[in-house]
Amino acid sequence: MKRELIVRKIEHGTVIDHIPAGNALNVLRILGIRGNEGFRVAVVMNVESRKLGRKDIVKIEGRELASEEVSIIALIAPTATINIIRNYEVVYKERVKLPDIIEGIVRCSNPNCITNQPKEGARPKFRVVSRDPLLLQCTYCERYTTKEDILKQFRR
Amino acid sequence: MSRIGFKNRDVLTILDFSREDLELLFREAKKMEMYSKSALDILRGKVVALAFFEPSTRTMFSFQTAIQRLGGTALILSDVQRTSIAKGESLGDTIRMLDSYSNAIIIRHKIEGAATYAAEVAEVPVINAGDGTHRHPTQAMVDLYTIWRERGNIHGLTVGVLGDLKYGRAATSFILGIMKYRLRRLYLISPPELRLKSEIKEILDKYGVQTTEVSNIEDVVNELDVLYVTRIQRERFPDPAEYERVRGSYRITLKTLENVKEDLMIMHPLPRVDEILPEVDGTKYAYYFKQARYGVPVRMALLKLVLGD
Repeated sequence: MKRELIVRKIEHGTVIDHIPAGNALNVLRILGIRGNEGFRVAVVMNVESRKLGRKDIVKIEGRELASEEVSIIALIAPTATINIIRNYEVVYKERVKLPDIIEGIVRCSNPNCITNQPKEGARPKFRVVSRDPLLLQCTYCERYTTKEDILKQFRR
Repeated sequence: MSRIGFKNRDVLTILDFSREDLELLFREAKKMEMYSKSALDILRGKVVALAFFEPSTRTMFSFQTAIQRLGGTALILSDVQRTSIAKGESLGDTIRMLDSYSNAIIIRHKIEGAATYAAEVAEVPVINAGDGTHRHPTQAMVDLYTIWRERGNIHGLTVGVLGDLKYGRAATSFILGIMKYRLRRLYLISPPELRLKSEIKEILDKYGVQTTEVSNIEDVVNELDVLYVTRIQRERFPDPAEYERVRGSYRITLKTLENVKEDLMIMHPLPRVDEILPEVDGTKYAYYFKQARYGVPVRMALLKLVLGD
């Protein structure tokens, strides 16, 4: 059988490749892309990958995501690569790298933390204690939040 | 650790203070003991807000007394039912208001991280007087002062911390404070369910502090120079039967003390329920009431260093 692309190449935009299989929708969720922004988004799930066995891919047409903007997806997709596409060519490629401080996006695992009080304006903020295994520490209550805690939040 | 002093500084966790900072505080507190029944004018014209969202007797009254002895004015927010908080005002808004009225804010709150958040919102210094199960730095300052004052030194002692080491903010803060000294040994005495959180263990590791976790006070009590006792709360046990089973083993009685060192100091942040029986109060080992008395001079010293000219 002739190998074909499931989704055609994009002319201009961002391709997030090598997402661990089954996590593409979580990646979109972390990026805050809901589908009503107007630009074309292709989600490819569970395709073959030489590196990962199976992987997901997200293609965002017409928008170049900044690397700080996408670095946060390393939380759930540490193997992901970001490709910036112009005129059908990859002009820039990098592996995602988690920043040292993470603000917003993740909720603290401690329900009694100030950042989990809806009435208060305290935005969650974490220090990255370890990247592998992923371990975050809340800068307010100092409790640890693990990768499992984060995945639970995004599974809802 | 570099010494950065106290002036205009937030006091959120004991971890932020070096041993030099603490020694400076202790020397100042000792001077303040002379003024425990009279007034100074170090805080004249200054207003200190006491924002107590959670009940307190010792901490609140000792701060209030300290402010008055220093010649300052205490602005007290403690009966939250009678304030806008009962109407649903947020902590952030309450802090913004107190920030504009006062020179410093002392906060106690049941939510972890509340003091750190308040310190972000406020421009004036914020002192954490206890935030949930998280930290209680001024209690640790009082506790360390008690040992320093009574023994002259903290280095080289064998110290045991008993009780709820997982959720007890006083115990946690005491451990984070005393680990700055070169102890002979640090015993952590608790039921297995209430051992230190890994967050705290990792700080001890980072500082190279060796600890020994034990479940029975009898195994180590005769070695101790200082025994710091905290309460084990029933609600921390999912199984009430388990609580009933362990509580007796963490109770200090005259029998526990039969063969202890002559100069053992038994300490407790108070309030106690039944973890130290009243029969121990009359012994030479009981330091907890003295410890509570030191609350005023230590808090006077702290306020002087943070707010004084």
